[in-house]
Amino acid sequence: MLAEFLQFLFSGITVGSTYALAALGFTLIYNSSHVINFAQGEFIMLGGMLAVYFTHSGLGLPLSLVLAIVLPAIVGLVMEKVAIEPVKGAEPVTLIIITIGASLVLRGLVQIWLGKGTFSLPAFSGEQPINVLGATLMPQSLWVLGVTAVVVLCLWYFFARTLMGKAMLATSFNRVAAELVGINTDGVLFLSFAMSAALGALGGILITPITLTSYDAGIMLGLKGFVGAVLGGLGSGLGAVVGGLLVGVLEAMGAGYISSSYKDAMPFVLILLILFFRPSGLFGGKATDRV
Amino acid sequence: MSKHPYRGLTLIAAVLLLLPLVLPNSFYVDLAIRMAINAVIVLGLNLLIGFAGQISLGHAGFIGIGAYASAALPTHFGWHPLLAVVAGAIAAGALAAVLARPIFRLKGHYLAMATLGLGIIINIVVRNEAALTGGPDGMAVPPMVFGSFEISGDKPWYWIVASLLCFSIWASIILIDSPFGRALRALHGSEVASKVVGVNVLRYKLTVFVMSAMFASIMGSVTALYVGFVTPNLADFFHSIELVTMVVIGGMGSIYGSVLGAVLLTALPQALATFEGWETVVFGAILMLSMIFMPKGLVPTLAARFGKGE
Repeated sequence: MLAEFLQFLFSGITVGSTYALAALGFTLIYNSSHVINFAQGEFIMLGGMLAVYFTHSGLGLPLSLVLAIVLPAIVGLVMEKVAIEPVKGAEPVTLIIITIGASLVLRGLVQIWLGKGTFSLPAFSGEQPINVLGATLMPQSLWVLGVTAVVVLCLWYFFARTLMGKAMLATSFNRVAAELVGINTDGVLFLSFAMSAALGALGGILITPITLTSYDAGIMLGLKGFVGAVLGGLGSGLGAVVGGLLVGVLEAMGAGYISSSYKDAMPFVLILLILFFRPSGLFGGKATDRV
Repeated sequence: MSKHPYRGLTLIAAVLLLLPLVLPNSFYVDLAIRMAINAVIVLGLNLLIGFAGQISLGHAGFIGIGAYASAALPTHFGWHPLLAVVAGAIAAGALAAVLARPIFRLKGHYLAMATLGLGIIINIVVRNEAALTGGPDGMAVPPMVFGSFEISGDKPWYWIVASLLCFSIWASIILIDSPFGRALRALHGSEVASKVVGVNVLRYKLTVFVMSAMFASIMGSVTALYVGFVTPNLADFFHSIELVTMVVIGGMGSIYGSVLGAVLLTALPQALATFEGWETVVFGAILMLSMIFMPKGLVPTLAARFGKGE
């Protein structure tokens, strides 16, 4: 009983960490621009696929991982410069379509370059499972959890203690006011795309040894990250992390206790229920309309 | 609205009448049918997105309901195909109505999320309930029959779909010029302001959502009956995105934009077939470029540039 529960919990938190990182990515971009970046999932895929590509081409694991984070971040910057900045202030539907277009381009390019196969990465520190109260925990899960925790702490420090972080927060509260006090809001937007691409890629790299990856792996991962972000109240950093983890855990529990073939439906059933009963997410504040 | 709202309809009707004479083979007839089917769905979706300002990222789910009603009800329960079409439309409309009340309290991205979730759930149900739906492989659809007369082949379906398209355009024009349509546009402009002048916001949104869901379901049935086979791809997320893209590229809130968007994006994959493997990339690039350079969509942009006649 307990062992089974723990098993589901472990796998839920592990995959939930990836959702949490993706949800943070959604939140960062949403806060600086009110854009929902539907290409977020492709950054997760890019991270995993690039890590696979570089390790296979003989670069050591550490260098491969760094490249697999830096390159998606650059892709994020290019995307912002080319596709988002020229249409600043457009309708949400327009922006959504642009990011969907970008995601198709990225997915298509990776498919042409690396093919339709499914790839794996070796686990970072062996495959020897650890026994916890009858449940098995893979060392890679510890990597996922540990790195996610460190990243969340770094982000907290960044937003609470550094000038740049505070500038980003100020922009998310009130763009015009932020510009008036001299904050370069275009720079903030630029940075938020790089950061969220890097976060997504990192999540993708960490999870690849466990769930494998392929050119189309980003769609579902990204959508579930979005569910996590909305669950946490879209715009709240802490909410995104909790929301992402919650999506992962509920999905794993649902798959374990209810039906594994409806695993992918769980997050979406959950989000519909939450939106019906708490329309601004679990952690969202009460919104007021500006007329 | 233009001063001659019916000029475009007359033109489209004329084109639809003459088209079978010039189409060289059944490949093109098939393409024309699929364009017209998409055009009707997009008209309904555009009422929702363009006039009521509400985005649905799960519209393919409603198409799936209609398509699978037409496939499963006659196959498993012996229903008459026509009854199955009606049942599908009612089910889609009822689902939309039940969901609309809580969903429309939400705004912007939350609404996008809710409809997206709905679409994905419908798709997963269709993939998993293999006993009823044939699962990922899909299932055959019994043809539409009246007594001993069976509607099959592309010519009869061409005329059915062509008349449905003309009827939908006509109905949309009537609707938009009616008090109902004015209320919708007011809603898009400012929800609070329209509330203040006495528009029952929730009721209007609900009506449009239900209507567009029923449009989608009926055309889902038509697709299923015409093709004779359904697969879950009909109801997947990508199809929903394609439909929204047709609305946006043609022009939000433009009737003829809906038709043009549907025609162009249905033809696009055929045109891209020559690019071998680059289809997705080119499709994505076209989406981005047209949104960056023509955010209002083709028809409104062209109308603004050429002539103030519009």
